Amino acid sequence: MNNPEQQSGNAIHQATFVSGHALTIPTLKVLAHDGEVIDGAQMPQIDQALALRIYDTMVYTRVLDERMVAAQRQGRVSFYMTCKGEEASIIGSAAGLSDSDMIMAQYREHAAIRYRGFTSENFMNQLFSNKKDLGKGRQMPIHYGSQALNYMTISSPLATQIPQASGYAYGQKLQGIDALTMCYFGEGAASEGDFHAGLNMAAVLKAPTIFYCRNNGYAISTSTEEQFAGDGIAPRGVGYGIETLRVDGNDCLAVLLATQTARAYALAHNKPVLIEAMSYRLGAHSTSDDPSGYRSKEEEDMWAKIDGVLRFRAWLEAQGWWSQEQDAALYEKYREEVLAALKVAEKIAPPPLNELITDVYSDVPPHLRAQLTELKSHIAKYPAQYPSQESH
Amino acid sequence: MAQMNLLHAINNALDIAMEKNEKVLCFGEDVGHFGGVFRSTSGLQEKFGKDRCFNTPLTEQGIIGFANGLAAQGSVPIAEIQFADYIFPAFDQIVNETAKFRYRSGNEFNVGSLVIRTPYGGGIAGGLYHSQSPEAYFTGTPGIKVVVPRNPYQAKGLLLACINDDNPVVFFEPKRLYRASIGEVPEEAYEIELGKAEVVTSGSDITLLGWGAQMEYIEQAADLAKEQGIACEVIDLRTLLPWDVDTVAQSVTKTGRLLISHEAPLTGGFAGEISATISERCFLNLESPIMRVCGMDTPYPLIQEKEYIADHLKIFEAIKASVNF
Repeated sequence: MNNPEQQSGNAIHQATFVSGHALTIPTLKVLAHDGEVIDGAQMPQIDQALALRIYDTMVYTRVLDERMVAAQRQGRVSFYMTCKGEEASIIGSAAGLSDSDMIMAQYREHAAIRYRGFTSENFMNQLFSNKKDLGKGRQMPIHYGSQALNYMTISSPLATQIPQASGYAYGQKLQGIDALTMCYFGEGAASEGDFHAGLNMAAVLKAPTIFYCRNNGYAISTSTEEQFAGDGIAPRGVGYGIETLRVDGNDCLAVLLATQTARAYALAHNKPVLIEAMSYRLGAHSTSDDPSGYRSKEEEDMWAKIDGVLRFRAWLEAQGWWSQEQDAALYEKYREEVLAALKVAEKIAPPPLNELITDVYSDVPPHLRAQLTELKSHIAKYPAQYPSQESH
Repeated sequence: MAQMNLLHAINNALDIAMEKNEKVLCFGEDVGHFGGVFRSTSGLQEKFGKDRCFNTPLTEQGIIGFANGLAAQGSVPIAEIQFADYIFPAFDQIVNETAKFRYRSGNEFNVGSLVIRTPYGGGIAGGLYHSQSPEAYFTGTPGIKVVVPRNPYQAKGLLLACINDDNPVVFFEPKRLYRASIGEVPEEAYEIELGKAEVVTSGSDITLLGWGAQMEYIEQAADLAKEQGIACEVIDLRTLLPWDVDTVAQSVTKTGRLLISHEAPLTGGFAGEISATISERCFLNLESPIMRVCGMDTPYPLIQEKEYIADHLKIFEAIKASVNF
């Protein structure tokens, strides 16, 4: 109940606005653009093994993206989306979690599932919708998911995962599980109603959720200037009574520090945290998109120069943990691995026709059984007309 | 006349409507300078300015709520939902607000000027979330009209009629045909009356009824049937709500047989409603059960799309089954 005698601030007696721009959120930075640690910056918990696991994932993601965009251009896969430009943000944040934390991502965060151990074979089977795909070939390319890796299967509709993450985390808390839920989404998705519902519920019901907003400047063609009028997404967290941090998304150490800090806080207090990572979508929205219609080459070049992968690599080299030779060898290794996996996966047969009707419900109901029987007898009349017959 | 594809025809209709009435506004995700992800609003911002053709933040419930407000105020909003699969956050605004605005206020207020445009349908390897045909969720909602064009000529005439109609309309655009369907379209304004079905082909043996992209499969099936000496009467329903019972009933009275085909799943699909009504109207004229050739009762699949689709061969088999009943 509101108390009429109790205000959260001083009483005023003149009608004076609090400015819509009164709250500006600072940005956490650890690495300078050249990869030097900024004087006085707090360091995340990181050792050589963790640093190399992060960088290995960066290189892998870059190779995978490069290869699959080419494969889409060659007509080998129907569709693809890259993580390009946001690797430091995605991998740095995934590295700040425990692998037992649930990840609910939007769709551009495959670097996080890779960090958890998703293999080239796993990626390719999904991208080629073959019978070994964990998702049984039912969704478009890039809709990865894995129960074993605590990575919820991607759903195309935007922002739907945000209130789900609040609920998942509330369940984790109630059952005393020492894990939280990490929820990724873009600054565009933060305009959806589900964003507001999800953050408010997590705050009110005290759910240990990290809401990680990837502010990459664009929702397809729509720039942040047309997406929101305030100081980005971060101040909204404060509005919901949520601990909030903004971080330079191209600064992997800052992202790691932000996520480690958020995780410790969320689990210690059973409360959500909002992180807004400022970065840039260096690639197109998807292979169906051409950004030249809505942004300049100069803008892209400017962001490419402050790329988070280069910055992290410079820091690694300064630690004496990485060399140019190792770098070239790693790229080469992953280029071969990804191409080899691609060649295998594209020849694996599609899922059997029977899987068209499974998983609609926990058990196949009679009416679906009947529809499949009818379909099979129809296909038998026109075997050349249906691709499912080619693979049998 | 000019050769246009379905996208050009829609763009042309929007251009004409915005030119004619400065209260007409076009908005939605990426519809501004970019011209929409399918380019149906291409050039409109350049021509009519950012106040009248603009990008919205990414929120479907916001887009339709905003559009309801504009329509109540007296503007003529044409709101785009980027894919019909993503219309559901706006479901509350459409079902509880758009559809009931006039009725609940005793006609003190209405949102009759609103048109919601949205690409629907499968056959483009779009999987679960870029393929759905959600028309039946809306045909169960009194207060809105539901319209689906099958080709460029129909798209322009029906869209202009929707914009000028004094009732809110959900206009489903068959995205599989956006570039694939090309035809002669008058360059000037014209309207196709809402609530009227069109007899596309006359025939005496069986009535085939559909709408939107499904008409292509129906016409292919009718051609196959013709080779076997079966004369199909093909009808495009065009407006699903309110639908043209008389035209369909007259046809079925003549042919004695009815086959309805739609992309959406069989169960709960609009074919069921048509079937019930025609059974009542034409019971004594029917020579075989009314057939439905529809999507299966599963989410829209990706890899098994070709098997899933209610294609021309499935329709052809059902035609033969009906005629040989």
